[in-house]
Parts: sequence; structure tokens; C-alpha cells
Amino acid sequence: MAKILDQPRYKCAMAAMQTVQAITRALPILHAGPGCAEKLGGSIGSSGYFSPHIFPCTNISEKEVIFGGESRLQETVANALKVVDADLYVVLTGCTPEIVGDDSAEIIRTFQNAAKPVIFASIPGFKGNNYLGHEWVLQALIEQYLKPVPDKIKGLVNIWAGLPMHDPFWLGNLRELERLVAELGLTPNTIFGHDRGIANIAKITAAEFNLLVSPWVGLSSVRLLQEQFGTPYLHYPTMPVGASETSKFLRAAGAFAGVDPGVTEAVVARHEAEYYYYIERFADIFLETRVMAKRFVVVSDAQYALAFTKFLVNDLGLFPAKQYVTDDTPVEHQEAVREYFKELNHGIQAEVGFSSDGQQLQEEIRNTDFHGYPLILGSSWEKKLVRDLKAHYLTISWPIIERLVINGSYVGYHGGLKLLEDIYSVVLTRFN
Amino acid sequence: MPINLTETTAGTRETRLGSITGYNGDLQDLVHQSRCGSLQDRERCFSQSSTCLSGCALGQVSGIRDVAVINHAPSGCTAMAPGVDVLNSQLAAKIGVANNTVFVGTDMNEQDTVFGATGSLKEIIRETYRRYHPQAIFIGTSCVTGIIGEDVDSIVAELEAELPVPIAAVHCEGFKSRIWASGFDAADHAVMTSIVKPPQQKKPVLNFKNFFESARVEITELFANFGVKTQFLYQNSTVEELAHISESLATVCICGTLGTYLGNALEEQYGVPYVRTINPLGVTGFETWLREIGRVIHKQAEVEAYLAKERAIYLPQIEAVKKELTGLRAVIGMGPGYTFEVSRVLQELGMEVVWGAAWHYDRKYDNDQTPPALNYLVKNSPANFKLSVADQQNFEILNILNHYQPDLYFSRHPGTTVWAIKQGIPSVYVADEYMIFGYKGTLNFAYAVLDKLKNRSFETNLAARVKLPYTKWWYQQANATFLKEPTR
Repeated sequence: MAKILDQPRYKCAMAAMQTVQAITRALPILHAGPGCAEKLGGSIGSSGYFSPHIFPCTNISEKEVIFGGESRLQETVANALKVVDADLYVVLTGCTPEIVGDDSAEIIRTFQNAAKPVIFASIPGFKGNNYLGHEWVLQALIEQYLKPVPDKIKGLVNIWAGLPMHDPFWLGNLRELERLVAELGLTPNTIFGHDRGIANIAKITAAEFNLLVSPWVGLSSVRLLQEQFGTPYLHYPTMPVGASETSKFLRAAGAFAGVDPGVTEAVVARHEAEYYYYIERFADIFLETRVMAKRFVVVSDAQYALAFTKFLVNDLGLFPAKQYVTDDTPVEHQEAVREYFKELNHGIQAEVGFSSDGQQLQEEIRNTDFHGYPLILGSSWEKKLVRDLKAHYLTISWPIIERLVINGSYVGYHGGLKLLEDIYSVVLTRFN
Repeated sequence: MPINLTETTAGTRETRLGSITGYNGDLQDLVHQSRCGSLQDRERCFSQSSTCLSGCALGQVSGIRDVAVINHAPSGCTAMAPGVDVLNSQLAAKIGVANNTVFVGTDMNEQDTVFGATGSLKEIIRETYRRYHPQAIFIGTSCVTGIIGEDVDSIVAELEAELPVPIAAVHCEGFKSRIWASGFDAADHAVMTSIVKPPQQKKPVLNFKNFFESARVEITELFANFGVKTQFLYQNSTVEELAHISESLATVCICGTLGTYLGNALEEQYGVPYVRTINPLGVTGFETWLREIGRVIHKQAEVEAYLAKERAIYLPQIEAVKKELTGLRAVIGMGPGYTFEVSRVLQELGMEVVWGAAWHYDRKYDNDQTPPALNYLVKNSPANFKLSVADQQNFEILNILNHYQPDLYFSRHPGTTVWAIKQGIPSVYVADEYMIFGYKGTLNFAYAVLDKLKNRSFETNLAARVKLPYTKWWYQQANATFLKEPTR
């Protein structure tokens, strides 16, 4: 049933065109309205080898609504193959063809013998949001493009994490995960961003296992990979930020991959020593900044709400207020996500609210006593709220309009220090 | 076709103005065909993602202060909400006011597409009113509501009686019109039918329709010289102010594409003259425009005195920089308003326009006349030049740039500039509608062009390292290859 979407923090499934765009030389072809790509593309960092206005699109008009858009789709794909220089063409169908009943799958089948691969995903906006759309695009890739390989490659690990482009730190985070996994002597394989892409897609089925670093997004994809190609997976729900969680993450990944625990412990020890060198030097500021918040709220998707709650509690020693998960987490995953927020040091548990109604959750935050200035990590939507509450405030998830993120990352030991830099750069603007 | 404010929709530009999105020819031919009625749209058998009218329509009404926009659509159509919110805050802060407009959606899901969602819509409208007490409520429609036949007009009629504020549907179903500027008309139609009241008394105010009002201060000062106040539309305007725009002396607009519906509707309905000259970009544009306003508001002598004073300051400076620009070859890709206006300015500054691409083309405006900027060009352009109507089709633009190898490309829409640069062609992004406004703007613009030409570092660095997204085959084709022959 339609519900009020006040302060949207997700887009519709069609925004998963960004998942395709994040694969270098893969081209989304939209069977959708003329404005979908522009509205969903965002304006910061959405260009590249292709950009939303480069995506071929049937630009559905009244004619296709009345008479159907199959022939329009046919000619658009055929000509896209001639005009646009890509290596993988991914046809994405939106709301209109779904409602008017175009048989898009049948049209795409006619391109089976095209010079370049053409695959198809139905991702109409009304069927779900972009967190689900991302999964549906990965499923299309798995079912229509991946091929089994005779032999697995020793030590090869596929890593799956946050939503490409919608998560402002997606690529920086993914690269840091790669570096961490490589330090265990494993070979990371990812498909998004610079210098990965289609060559790495070909290696997906050769991996020894899939490593999913995400509370719930991506679960159905790694399960599908297991089902279709027999590849086991490790589901590590918390994006590791800071020493505590990153060391846990390395130990979990190492153990799953059968890495010699001595090797893992050496990596952990080296990083923790360096990390605590900095913490020790800057401990004064963490202990003696009088205006720093004692309590915090994260308003974000499950990934960041969980990751930052764990870091701020387990590393920095803050106390969690109620946390808000705004990605419309499917009901079947909510209980598991709720449980993750109970795995905090000293038996601390954080209450979690799932809501896509920003006004309502902000009302709750307004009515919370934080016993001092709160620290609020959220999106551009929190700007007015934090002004009223005199909160410390950092934007960390979509929509971020007044901050430029290029390849920044909050993952790992470095990511933890980076988050401390960013938080205290805000806190220090206030008289202490 | 006269504007009909008794209907619930403005209709599309295709039907009202004979607007098209596909054409390939030249200036003389386009004007000739427009006048003798033979101009026909050419569809494409290949296209890239364009823009829909919803963004234009809801972008317009959401700039009004302290209103609610409720987009009856799946979540993606409401993805513009955060941008609107931040833009509103920044532009309000700039003039020292607060804008508490909210932009929410109905997050339609699969069940809604099957069973309809007018019941939930009604509840969401009530809830939005309860939360924010907006001064007016605009309900946006979408592709999905259009196809499943949601009767939004009935909901509006019902709630009009219940809620104490104006409420209007903004019909902007994305598939209804290929001309995204139809969305401007949808917004104007909603404002005219729900907010604007008949005049009580005439006021010394000029309605000034624009986008982001970056020259608000200068324009306010300019007209203060003539004892006239300015009412900027719609960004930062209030519902109360809009109720009285029928009492103004005249309406002017910075862009013919943007202003035709509101300007003509106010003139037809309430006798507010709509100033339809070429626009105040460049020297000729500014003078022609200001003189006509002077005539309409009976301040001719004051306008002449002002122009004489300003000319003495700026014309020598413009002439000096013009020497460095003369002979440069340019390609333009913009909306039709700015394509023709900026072509004139480039020619005025001594440049040669080798190709003009307009994203759509209005064969006539709502007064049944061809656009003034086009009339001016056909009379005054030093040479006939190639024109296309290109619906933001980047592959056509890059093909044109590759073929003509101009010194400069002038863009105006987000995300379009980088593509010319990748082909090694310096680009000037004419995003701000006031970038070439008046004498001072013309001078600044000339220097912006010159600076761009003198330091091409960013362009050459990038162009040397990237691959273009199109095949060799495409660059060997004519840019009109995918335009079908007219079907009519």
C-alpha cells in the first residue's frame, strides 16, 4: 500500500542501473521513461566512461503505452550494439513496460547470437527499492551470463559489499576490503570500479568462496551463486570499521579460507600496533573534548547503522541511543539485523527502528534526551534536525548533497581513523 | 490554440504548440517550414536517455515557499526531493528568508499498481497537511498513475473542500509528452488554476519568471531605477504573492521556453501584458528587452537614460574583448530558448555558429507566433547555419563535434559538458540563466569564453587519457542517421 515517503533515503529498483554502470564497459539499456535515468543518476560522480544520458533508452511515450513498446525495444537494443562501444549490454525494464505487458524477455532472446552479450533484468520501480534492484541485477548476471569453470583458483575470493554509487563510499570501502583480504594471502576478486569489470566477472565462478560484507543486501545473490555453482559463502554482516571489528573480520575471513592462524594474527598485530600508536597519541582529545557527544544516533541503511554503531561503542566507548535503519529492510531480514545490534561490548544492546518515514523518526530523535550534545551520523535530511538539537553532525549516506566524496573510505583500521578525523573535525568547530 | 484554464491539464506542447524533438536542417529551412506549416517531427529509431516533464513541473512548483509537493509515484520519481530541499535552503538563505517547502512521495508499490492507491493518496495528503500546514499542496502524477488511470483530479476536488489551502494536481506523467518543457506548462497551469486570483488593483510590479534568480539583486536595483518592484517566480515566491501576480504591470521571462504558458495565460486571462521580445542576453537582447519593458510600463525616457549611462561604461570593454573572440567557431547544444538566444550573442561577439542543436523546438509560442529569438536570427544572422532538434541525444552531438571540430562547445544542461571535453573541445557551461544578462553579464561571459580558451589544461589532460563511448562506425555515419522520415 502506498505510504508517505517523507525524506526519501532510497530510490526505486531502476536505480540499480548504477550497479551496471559500476561495471566498467557494461552498458545499461533502459526500457523506461525518458526521465528515469536522469532522476536516478544523481549529479555527483555519476559520469564516467558512460553516464546516465549515454544510456540507451526507449524513452517511452504515449505511443508505446498504447501500442506496446516491444518493437521500440528491439530497435533500441539493435542500434545500441552498433553505436555504443561496450562489452556487456544489460537491458533494464521499468514500470511502464511491466504494466502494459511488453514481453521484454522474448525480445532480448532474439539477441542471443549478437556480437556482444545482451542480458536482461526486470526492475520496475514499483516492485521494490534500489537495494532490491541491485540484487535483481546481480541475479540476472549470475543466471544469464556466468558460466561454470572446471577448476577453482586457489585463494580466489569474490568480495561483495555496499551498493555501487548509491553508497557514497562504496568504492573506497570495497578497495579497502580488497587490501585487507589480500593481506591474508588471498586473492580478492571484485567486479566494480576501475580496473576490475568484465574480466573479473569471468572469474566469479572460479572463486573458492564468496565473501559478503553486508547485513542483508547481497544475501540472495551469494546464495544463488552457491546453488548454481556450488561456491560456498561467508556472510560477515558488519562492515568493519576500526580495530575491534576489522580484527574480528580478518580472523573470520582467515578462518573460513583456511589461512594459517599465525599469518592472520601477524596481520592483526601489525595493524593494531599501528592503529593504537595513533589512538594513544590522540587519546587526549578523545578523553578531554568536553563538548564531544556521549551518545549517538546513526540514521542510515543497515550497513552503516550497524558498522558505525559497532565502531562507536566497541572502539570509541560511546553509548548508543536508538538507531534508525532507513533502507526498507525486507521483513524477513529485520530480526537478524536487530540481533546484530545486540552484539556489542559489555552486553550493551542498541535498539533499532526500521523506518522510511524521515519526519517520524526525526520526531523520535527530537524527543530523546541525549544527556548532552548528540552525535548524529546521517544524510542531508538531518541538517535541519541537528541545527535544532545543536548536535554534532556528519553526512555518511545518500542523500549527501553538501559534501564531496571521491574515493574516501571508512573501512578497516584506516577507515576507523578517518571516521574519527571527520567526526572531530566537526566537534572541534565548537567552543570546548 | 488559446490557453484553457477550465481544463485540469495544460495539454502537451506537441498538441498545443506543434513542438517537435526530431529535425535536421538549417536556420532558414526551419523557419520556412514553421511558417508554412510543413514542419513535421522525426522520431528516432535509436535514442539515449533524455529528461521527463515531471522533473521540470515539480521542480518549478517546489521552489515556492512553504508549500507541499506530494509526488504520487514509485520511490524513484521522488529521488529529486533531497536536491530540491537543499536548493531551497541555499537559495532562501541567499535572500535572508526561510523556505519550509516539503517534497514527499507516496512510494507506490506493486499492489498499488494493481488495485490503485487513491485511498492511500488521500490519507497521505491529509497527513502531509497535518505535519506541515503548507500554504498550498501540489499533487504530482507519474507514468504509473497515468497508465493505471488514477483519478487524482477527483481526490483533489474532494480534499479542496476539506483542507483550508489551495490544492492542485500537476499532471506530469512522464510518457505524455516528449517535450519535457511541457512540465513547465503543467506547473504554470496548476498555479494559475489554484492560486492566482483575479486582480483587485494594479500594482507597480513586474512579474519576473526565471529559474534560480542569481541576478535577483541586480534586477531589483535595475527596476528600482524606474520605480517598479519585481516579483520573482517561482523560486522563493510565497503563495500569497502568487495570488496577486494578476495585478502586475507586465510579465517578463528569462527564457521563452519557460515563460510562454504563464505569460500568455496571465495576458489572456487578466490582461497582464507579456513582454515577448528577444531575451536580455547580449547587448542587442538587453536593449531590445528593456526598451520594450519601458514602453509597456511607460518609462521610456528613464530606460533610455539608463541605457546611455551603462553603454558608456561597458560597450568599449565589450568591443575590446570581442577582438579576441572574432572568428572562433562554435557549436551549441541547449534548450530551444537558449540555443537561439545564445547563437545571437555569439554572433554579436564575432563568433561563428556552425551548428545549433536545440533539445526540442516549439514551432510557435502560446500567442501563435514563432519564437522571437528565431525570428531575430533569421533576419540578422550573417549566414544560414545548420540546426538540429536533438532531444539531448549525446551521440548526435559528439558526431557533430567530431565532424565540425569547432573551437568551442556551449552546453547548458547538467552532465552534458564533459562529453565535448572528452573529444578535446573546450566547453563553456552556460548553466546560470543570467550568465549573459545585460552589459555586465555579456562582458563577464566574453571573458569566461576567453579564459576557457586560454587555459585548456583540464580538457587536454582528460581528453588525452579517456576513450570515447561510441564506436568508430558511429563516427563515420551522418548525425541524422537514426532520425526516421516523418510519418504524417
